[in-house]
Amino acid sequence: MTIQTTLGSTPLNRRNFLVGTAAATGGFSLAFSFPYAPAMAAEVQEINAWVVIKPDDTVVIRIARSEMGQGTLTGLAQMVVEELECDWKKVTTEYPTPGENVKRGRVWKNFSTGGSRGIRESNQYVREGGAAARLMLVAAAAAEWNVPVAECTAANSVVTHSSGKTLTYGHLASAAAKLEPPKEIPLKDPKDWKLIGKPIHRLDTMDKLTGKQMYGIDVKLPGMLTATVKACPVNGGKLKSFDAAKVEKMPGVKKVVSIDGNAVVVVADTYWNARTALAALPIEWDVGKSGSVQQSDVTAMLKDGLGATEAYIGNKVGDAAGAIAGAAKKVEATYAYPWQNHAPMEPLNAAALYTPDKLEVWCGTQNGEAALAAAAEAAELPVAKCDVYKMMLGGGFGRRGRADYVRQAVLVAKQMPGVPIKLIWSREEDMQHGSYHPTTMCKLTGGLDKDGNLVGLHMRISGQSILASLAPQSLQNGMDPATFQGMLPSGPEGTYSYNVPNLLIDHAMRNPHLTAGFWRGVNLNQNTVYMESFMDELAEAAGKDPLEFRMKLMKPKNAAALKAACDRAGYGKPLPEGHFHGIAQVMGFGSYVAGVAEVSVSKDGVLKIHKITAATDPGYAVNPWLIERQVAGSFVYGLSAALYGEITVKDGVVEQTNFDSYNVMRMDEMPEVDTVVAASGGFWGGVGEPTIAVAAASVLNGIYKATGKRVRELPLMNNELKKGA
Amino acid sequence: MPVLNINGQSVDAKADPRTPLLWVLRDTLGMTGTKYGCGIAQCGACTVHIDGVPTRSCQVPLNSVGGRKITTIEGIADGDKLNKIQQAWLELDVPQCGYCQSGMIMAATALLAAKPNPTDADIDAAMTNICRCGTYKQIREAIHAAAKA
Ligand code: FES
Ligand code: FES
Repeated sequence: MTIQTTLGSTPLNRRNFLVGTAAATGGFSLAFSFPYAPAMAAEVQEINAWVVIKPDDTVVIRIARSEMGQGTLTGLAQMVVEELECDWKKVTTEYPTPGENVKRGRVWKNFSTGGSRGIRESNQYVREGGAAARLMLVAAAAAEWNVPVAECTAANSVVTHSSGKTLTYGHLASAAAKLEPPKEIPLKDPKDWKLIGKPIHRLDTMDKLTGKQMYGIDVKLPGMLTATVKACPVNGGKLKSFDAAKVEKMPGVKKVVSIDGNAVVVVADTYWNARTALAALPIEWDVGKSGSVQQSDVTAMLKDGLGATEAYIGNKVGDAAGAIAGAAKKVEATYAYPWQNHAPMEPLNAAALYTPDKLEVWCGTQNGEAALAAAAEAAELPVAKCDVYKMMLGGGFGRRGRADYVRQAVLVAKQMPGVPIKLIWSREEDMQHGSYHPTTMCKLTGGLDKDGNLVGLHMRISGQSILASLAPQSLQNGMDPATFQGMLPSGPEGTYSYNVPNLLIDHAMRNPHLTAGFWRGVNLNQNTVYMESFMDELAEAAGKDPLEFRMKLMKPKNAAALKAACDRAGYGKPLPEGHFHGIAQVMGFGSYVAGVAEVSVSKDGVLKIHKITAATDPGYAVNPWLIERQVAGSFVYGLSAALYGEITVKDGVVEQTNFDSYNVMRMDEMPEVDTVVAASGGFWGGVGEPTIAVAAASVLNGIYKATGKRVRELPLMNNELKKGA
Repeated sequence: MPVLNINGQSVDAKADPRTPLLWVLRDTLGMTGTKYGCGIAQCGACTVHIDGVPTRSCQVPLNSVGGRKITTIEGIADGDKLNKIQQAWLELDVPQCGYCQSGMIMAATALLAAKPNPTDADIDAAMTNICRCGTYKQIREAIHAAAKA
């Protein structure tokens, strides 16, 4: 591993790297590993779509999903290598391009990286890819030796005959590549796994320590110009006019263009010059009807839905209204959850090179195929003439699943054919033009019998639908099933955790003008806050401990996860003076998760989150080392939102502009995190997202125990926790 | 044209004197290891050392750094040998997306130079950079590990 320290050669090498790789491999891939020898394409042997083996025994595993920090690159490679039986030390990875996927009949299937689906959705076919390649390597060895296949075994990149003679994968690759792929591809019994389930190191750490890792924002192409954008401050508004002459003579400025009738872009030699000119550019907007929307209007809209007679039904058992009406005790509470921004650390960006005959795009994206489709549409070129080279993402969290920034880059590049354009959003643009975590309110009503048993429960969600914002064609007769995440009676994503004899969970859709999007954890976040806060409220009304109250209602695997977290945290045992435990659990993204938060609140109302103990049951745990990091990391994201995350509007414009007005958690607020990976086997659940949902919910329940104050509106910073206040 | 001293080399930097050092590094000199995250001194992704002091380069105009010793993420290893912080980062797999990590490593390297055995409170005070992936737990562990190494 060489580390480049000489300053002068850095830009040149990178330029060569980018241009060279794309050209020499027919635009096939941009690898993570750097530098990446372009000549490699001629020597490699592709055994099948997933596995390439070079003569020196190096194995390249193709990964269709995008790495954005979650570790999918390592996890998916583990799955392939488990069956391939190659030496893990010789493994590297690369991305096939979305264009190549189209050309080869979607041989790599889905590129979409979201919903914690990487492993749970593709585990079967990537393992088959590895197994098929191994069978072909073994067959090639048997053929070379002229012995029966049954006398050969494969391990550690070597095929061994029963006589003791051996051949390496590197030697066999070229013959194996010529064989027919096997029809039957048996997979290992989970008990025989050697790599799946092991806490092994990531494959992509080194370059992130030396500044060498290339992200989209670092792309450099010969003759490239840098652009930056300002869209109408009010979502849905239009561009009226701008006075390009005022900035055209400023340093470095090359062009000022409008795109989509709603945004202005300055193209310059450097980002700083583009940004400086954009700030000086006189622009007039037609803000449209949303220009008068205030935050109070949004609140009123959501409140209206709480009592509306019409609502989509997500889950219904028995007669909730009747049971509640006849109950000995009725409990009711209303909660609210704000818009939140993703704010991935790397601001959005994409580079595009357009000619009337070809379009190439370099960007970090959570969905290469969607980026390709958006790019082709913007370029008005057939998909076959376009391709997208995926770069490492400086965070995604759902934001980079939407291709708005890719479209913008292409629209600019189209106005400057032959010139590579890198479009970079400012952080301010990112804050004000997000695909925000949807805002909702929720009213929960429960009925208890005289013994404190829950006999009826109604959960009314009011507010924004993500599908209505991003994919209205996917609504089901107007309903957005994703709104009910974690609350549905069945489905692969998860089932509602509790057995309630009379239950109604419904949604009155109310869509304010900001765009909603998938935000790490998605609707599980607010639904868990609502349901788990209310479970504690019900338990108190029933005079029971929150754990005991839940256990009576819970389905077995949910109960097991909650018990695992409570046992590890010592729930019910004495805590340090002034410390309290709050609990929460849910099922989402195919996994069972639970958390126990240990919190204290000082006399002055200062909250300290000391520790969160989390349990997750994803069925099979592919890499516990990375799962622990996902859980702890997701808590930072979730707690940042719970403590500070709030996007508000004034005159239709988002009021937050940067991390000074949209605060996030820093190191000093980070609680201790203890993760129990309680994998029970037999299914594949996600790990990047589900556990995030229990962070806020368990903390809120802990705060109530510490203060007697029930926080029902997030973020926490708007609540006074001081006793007596 | 200002002459800068970066990672022990003299470099000409042709840019408007008011340009922030961050963009001089990235766009003028092609040194993209130093990252843009906010541009307003909030996130620390752009942290470099100026005369050994960790500094948010998005707030430092080019005309203020002539003749001062600038060190970036590209210059903190000793040739192929990672520094103690980088090594601990590697062993604990600290980075997730990695985008904040140049700044984190620069801040942590400066912390360790000033306080070879930092307490948790020292770490809290020195490490105020933002990580959206949430690697704070591993960063704390890695700083302690590097201090012991
Ligand atoms: S970019 Fe300089 S502190 Fe964020
Ligand atoms: S590792 Fe992604 S922002 Fe820190």
